[in-house]
This record gives sequence, structure tokens and C-alpha cells, in this order.
Amino acid sequence: MSDYDLIVLGAGPAGATAAIKARSLGLRVAVFDEASAAGGQVYRAPSPARTTTQPEADQRKGDALRAKLATSGAVLYANHRVWSLTSGFSVIAIGPDGPLTLEAPNLIVAAGAVERHIPVTGWTLPGVIGLAGATILLKAHGVLPGRRVVVAGSGPLLLLVASKIIAAGGEVAAVVDAAPRAGWLAGAGAMLARPDLMAKGAGWLLTLLKARVPIHSGAAIRRVDGTDGVETVTIGPVDRNWRPVDGTEPTIAADAVCLGFGLLPSTEVTRLLGAEHRYEPELGGWVPAVDAALQTSVPGLFVAGDGAGVRGADTAPLSGELAALGVARRLGHAGDLASQAATIAADWRRSGRFGAAMSGLAMPPPGAAAMIDAGATVCRCEGLSRATLDSAIAAGARTLADLKATTRCGMGPCGGRVCGEAAAMLIAAATGWDRQTIGQPSARPPLRPVPLAAIAAAFDYDELPIPAPAPL
Amino acid sequence: MSALYDLAVIGGGIMGSAAACRAAAGGMRTIVIEQQTLGSGASGVNAGTLSLQIKRVKLMPYAIKGHELWEQAGEHVGFHKTGGITLAFNQREAELLHERMALKSEAGAPVELITPARVAKLEPNLSRKVVAASWCGEDGYANASLSGAYYRTLLEAAGVDIRERTPVTAIDRSGGAFELATPAGPIRATRLLLACGAWLKGAGAMIGLDLPVRARVNTVSVTERGPALVGTVIGHATGLLTLKQKPNGSVLIGGGWQGTGSPEQGRGSVDPATLLPNLRLALFAVPGLDRFRVVRSWTGFEANVPDFYPLAGAAPGVDNAFLLGCVRGGYTIGPYIGALMGDLILGREPELPLFDPGRFASTASEA
Repeated sequence: MSDYDLIVLGAGPAGATAAIKARSLGLRVAVFDEASAAGGQVYRAPSPARTTTQPEADQRKGDALRAKLATSGAVLYANHRVWSLTSGFSVIAIGPDGPLTLEAPNLIVAAGAVERHIPVTGWTLPGVIGLAGATILLKAHGVLPGRRVVVAGSGPLLLLVASKIIAAGGEVAAVVDAAPRAGWLAGAGAMLARPDLMAKGAGWLLTLLKARVPIHSGAAIRRVDGTDGVETVTIGPVDRNWRPVDGTEPTIAADAVCLGFGLLPSTEVTRLLGAEHRYEPELGGWVPAVDAALQTSVPGLFVAGDGAGVRGADTAPLSGELAALGVARRLGHAGDLASQAATIAADWRRSGRFGAAMSGLAMPPPGAAAMIDAGATVCRCEGLSRATLDSAIAAGARTLADLKATTRCGMGPCGGRVCGEAAAMLIAAATGWDRQTIGQPSARPPLRPVPLAAIAAAFDYDELPIPAPAPL
Repeated sequence: MSALYDLAVIGGGIMGSAAACRAAAGGMRTIVIEQQTLGSGASGVNAGTLSLQIKRVKLMPYAIKGHELWEQAGEHVGFHKTGGITLAFNQREAELLHERMALKSEAGAPVELITPARVAKLEPNLSRKVVAASWCGEDGYANASLSGAYYRTLLEAAGVDIRERTPVTAIDRSGGAFELATPAGPIRATRLLLACGAWLKGAGAMIGLDLPVRARVNTVSVTERGPALVGTVIGHATGLLTLKQKPNGSVLIGGGWQGTGSPEQGRGSVDPATLLPNLRLALFAVPGLDRFRVVRSWTGFEANVPDFYPLAGAAPGVDNAFLLGCVRGGYTIGPYIGALMGDLILGREPELPLFDPGRFASTASEA
């Protein structure tokens, strides 16, 4: 007998909604999340040390989601790090009370997304953080990344982060967007379908205009300089393919940089469990192949939210409901769920177009690898520069596994989450191969670094199941 | 009509590459065909332990030669001769250790028994629960991740053609020579060496052999970098732990604990049920590992036959075809036995005898 009918990984808008929906259909549901409360990145709960008399819209939405999940009857395992899974499915985690393994025949992976990084010279200086990282600082802790911040990269997070910095009393020295201004117009078509979200974006833009923040489109950071931290940021123009081109290269004084190039779907769990994946640039990169119910090629393994393809927080709950319906139908639920699923699927597809268009704005074109200088550190854990990786590629490395074997790129605590995308861009740039051919990195446990003592827990040596020794 | 090679080697691991280099040096026009990339199988994902203490008695002379070759490869393969200590934590393990090390010493391995006090002196961060131990100054490790890059250099220098990402889908020998079907077109050769590790059974079937090859699914784990804890290669009397700390501070933990999956399924998976005792054994031996974070565990397929001795010699009943694999301790012995195989293919008498696959001829059938 399984512990639950369904285990949901991730309690963001997709996962929490999936759990609530599945509970409403009578399923026994558990939800795992690394954070101390549900909400995910977008509806991240403010730190308990922060009291706000006037919560923002995102926080109100998050509070509503948390309240609904809390009364749904789903069991939330907060503060739990899922470090491995086996098919069928066992979820192996470490929580505040030690190791915990739970089983369920169905799994919805709502693991969200991670930031796509394109390294620049000097991005290892203290004071340079990711755009998504900046949203955590601002939302959960009300902390500014710096006093005078350059916000750079691509995609809608640029405007969100810059406007939040201003709202929190900080100064934005510049917004530097690699996409040409025309790119935003192209995305506007999709935005027209969602006036509510367009208004949100316009609001951010208005905040920046009021604060007279210089916005550089078709530009990128050339280098970040400083002794003990960020002091200056040099920017310069890029062409439509984001290749640096000649032009004025102003140097901007700043003490912090928020840098990011959109989001990558988190696919470690679906890769670990052997699901098929496809490279879909408009959805942020590698995504699991799914059927209409968001079930992957592994029976019982469903995905929802940005992990199924970056479509944004407003679309995520619909995918959560869709996956929950899929699980209920797989379990032979008696109700008429097919028509309900069809309606939600239509909404999800419509809503997803806007999110995918936003995601597409952030997506680097193939030429973007040219933004990475030879001396820029690509693999931060191992301190490997682009030049080092390029010579390994010239010597024959053609996959991320090859690069890892010859240079240790991706062998550090980040497990390739920070450097893998840039490394694949470098292989693509050198070989001309498409990303589907280069392939994706293999996923291996632990999914996040775990202290050996936490895995091992307490044990008795004499009870270790040591097999018969090897033949003499 | 495609060019005719003197020798086609299926499998770009250590053994296939070493055999190809020797054959090319002897004047044969040689090609290596690899379904993935060079050294991407067991050659590249094993724990890199070079320990005479865990080698089979009958394979000791080959292992000693293997150590010499890895030492010559030196920094190209991350070779380090550190010495190695094998530990026993109870009386039963101590007896096993005494019995086994005596035989290994007789076979030529410079192994000696040492006291727990000496262990504490050599490695102060090891568990104080050691009741018996052995030492071998020849032991050490190399970096298996570098196998592919190392052999790529040697193969290119020897003038061997390399085809990677090229699975062989069928072998036809009706026309006198072997014709290998691949997605990139046929490859023809007068001689054929199957050196494809855990995939040997499938390749053997293509020339009508039913080889009793099975695959073990060995688990290896690595930690993030940490402060220096141990300098030597640490083993366990049962052979179920190998542990070494690299100069960069990361600790590699192996010992042959079994994951799940098979070569036919295309992937192996770490089994948390065996990873757990593997890590517990490591932690018991080196208590200071408690705060090291494990960053990655993986598996590799190690082929074997029922007697756990190599398949190395002429393919039974198939003229001009040869088999090489299933070498227990294959990382250590691979470069040497590969060269011996190259000699056999060149028609020379190998320096040490090979291991005739014909001993399983009752299970092999002529196609």
C-alpha cells in the first residue's frame, strides 16, 4: 500500500494548485518543498521577521494559495530536500527530522525553473547576483541588492526587478537589455491577448520612466570591474543575434549587478526518472515530452508549471489542475473529468501563449555565445574560463559529459545548473550543431548536494548489509 | 566500395583503444568504432582505483604491468601513487584480510599487514575501530574521466581512424571480410575485435556467438571539495569500499555496490538502497566525512563472465574475429591486456598468456 495516491514536488502555484485539485477529487496527496512555506518563487512567503501592513498583490495571492493548501487536506512536507527518486515512485528526502522516504504511484513534478546565466568577465565579483535571485532578496527579505544597481540581461524579469528596486528605495543606474527594442514589439502581439498582464508590464515601465532610469536595448554588459566588489560596469551594443558589435562602450558606476537571461525549466527529476525530453527554445530549452494530460513518457509521472516549459506564474495553476485531473483519471476516478480537462486545457494553451512569448523574449539567439569573453569564468565551482572550455571542445569534447570528464565543468556543488547552459552554448558555437544533437546533461542523485551525515543518519555497523566478498 | 581496414575495433574504451594502438603500431590499418564517445563507458566512469590489494590472485601479474603503464601515462591520466590501506573492523573481516593478503603477496603484490597503531599514524583521520589492516605502497589512483581524452591522443598519434557516435547495427561476413553496418554507412575490415565492455553480448550475437556475458552496475559517488582528510587509497577487507581524496579535496567513494538497470535498457540508475550502506561504510571508515556534501552518484556497467576471468582471445568458431572484455579490475589491467591483444592480432606471441574465450565454447554456436 502506497503512502499516498499522489506526491507533488514543489509547492509553487502549479504544485499547490495540483495538490488542492487532487484533494478535491478525493486523492491522498503529499507535497514536498524545500522552502519553509508554500508559494514557490513568485509567491514566496515573506520572511517571518518582516511585517508588512500593506502586502503587495503577489503576496496576497501567495497568502491565499497557502491558506487554501493548508485547509485542503494535502500534507505539506516543507523544509524537505528531495535528493533522489526511484521509479514507481519513491521520493527520498531529508527534512528537519532526518531522512524521509514516501511512496506513491503518481508524481506531479512542479519544480519550476532556474535562471539562465550567460557569463561575462567580472560576474564572479561580490555584488553580482541573478535576476531571479534578486526577486528572492526583494520579496522574502525586503533587501536591496545594492545602493546603485545595474539590471542586465533579457526578458520580463529586467523590468520587474528594476521597478521593485525603485519601489524599495534603491537606485537603478541602468537597465541593459540584450534584445533589440523591436523584439518587444514582436512580443506585444501575444501580450494583447492578456491586457491584465500588459498593464502590469506597463506599470513596471512607468515606474522606470518616472525614475528616469536609462534603458539600453540591444546592449549587454562587456565587463564588471572592482576590487572587493562591483565598482563599474562597462556596457556595449550587440546585434540582433546578440553578438557584440562596435559602438560606444559607456562605463557606469554601480555597486551591484542583477544579471539573468530568462528561465530554464527544471528537469532534473524527469531526467533522473528517464522521461523523454525535447529541446523547445520557445519554452526555455529542454522540456519533458508530454501528452494532453501533461503525463510524460514514464507512466504516472506528470509535470506542471514552468518545469513543463516556461509559461509563467499565471499559467501555472491551470497546468497544475490539468495534471491533477490526469492523475485522477489514471486512478480511475468515477466523475466526468474528460470535459473538465478539455476546458482547462484550452485555457491553459491560451494563457500559455503569453508566457511563452515572454519566455521567448529572454531566450538568447545562437550568436549570444559571442558575449562570453575568452577570459570570463564559465564554471564558477571549478574556476574554468571560456578559453579552457573552448580548448577542450577543440580537442574533441562534444557533449556536456565530455566537457565534464576532461575539465570538471559542472562537477562542483552547482551540478551544472549554473554553467551547463553556457557550456552547451559554447559547444554549439564551436560545432554548429543544434542543441538537440548536443543533448542534455545527465541527471544523477543527489539532485542537490546533501551532507553525508544527513544521508547516512544513525546506523549500526554490524547491521550494514555487506554482500559476499568479491571472488579471490 | 568503402576502404578495407586490416582491423576494425568495436568499442572505444581503454581495452579497444590500447589494442588498436598496438595493432596500428604493428602496421595494421585500424579503425575504432564507438557508439558514444571514447572512454564514455566503464573506462571513464569507474572510480579510478589502482590497488593491487583488490586484484584477483591469478590476474596479479597483469595488474602489476597495468600499474606500470598508468604510471608512465602520469599526469595525462591524473596518476598518483599514494599507497593504499585495507581495513578490517571486526574479527571476521580480519580473518578474511589475513587469508586474502597472504595469497596476494604470494602472487607478487608487495602487500604487508600493518597494526592499527601504524594505520593511525599513516592516516590519523581514519576510524579508531580498525582491528586489522594491510598496506601496499604500489597502490594509488588515476582519474578515469581522462581515459577518453588520453586514448584519443594516442589513437590519433598512431594513425587510427576514429568513428564516434556510431553504433554498429549488424555484422556481415559473407563476403570474406567483415562488413559492419552503421548509420553512417558500412565499414569493412579483414579482422574484427569486439571490445565493447558490457555491450559484448549484443555484439557477439551479431557474429553468431552466445556469450555468457553479464553486467554489474557499479555505483560511484563524489563529494564536493573539503579539507584534507586522507592521503592514501582506503579499502575494506571485503572489497566493498574504495575511497580516496583527490588533490582538489573532493572524495571519491566506490566499492562495487549495485545499482539498477542494464546495458540493453541503455541506462543504469543509482539505487538508494545500496548507495546508503556504501556511504555509511565510507563514513564509518572516515568519520570526518560527515560534513562533506555528496554532489553526485552514478553507475557504470562492468561486464563479467561466470568465472570472473577475462574474455581475451580468438572468437570461438569465427575466423579473424577476436574478443576482449570482462576483465575484473579492467581499469587497472586494461592498457596492458589491450596491448597483449594487439600482439595476438598481429600474429605475435603475447608476453603473458591471454584468456581463451573458447572455454565457454559449449555455449557458443557457429552461425
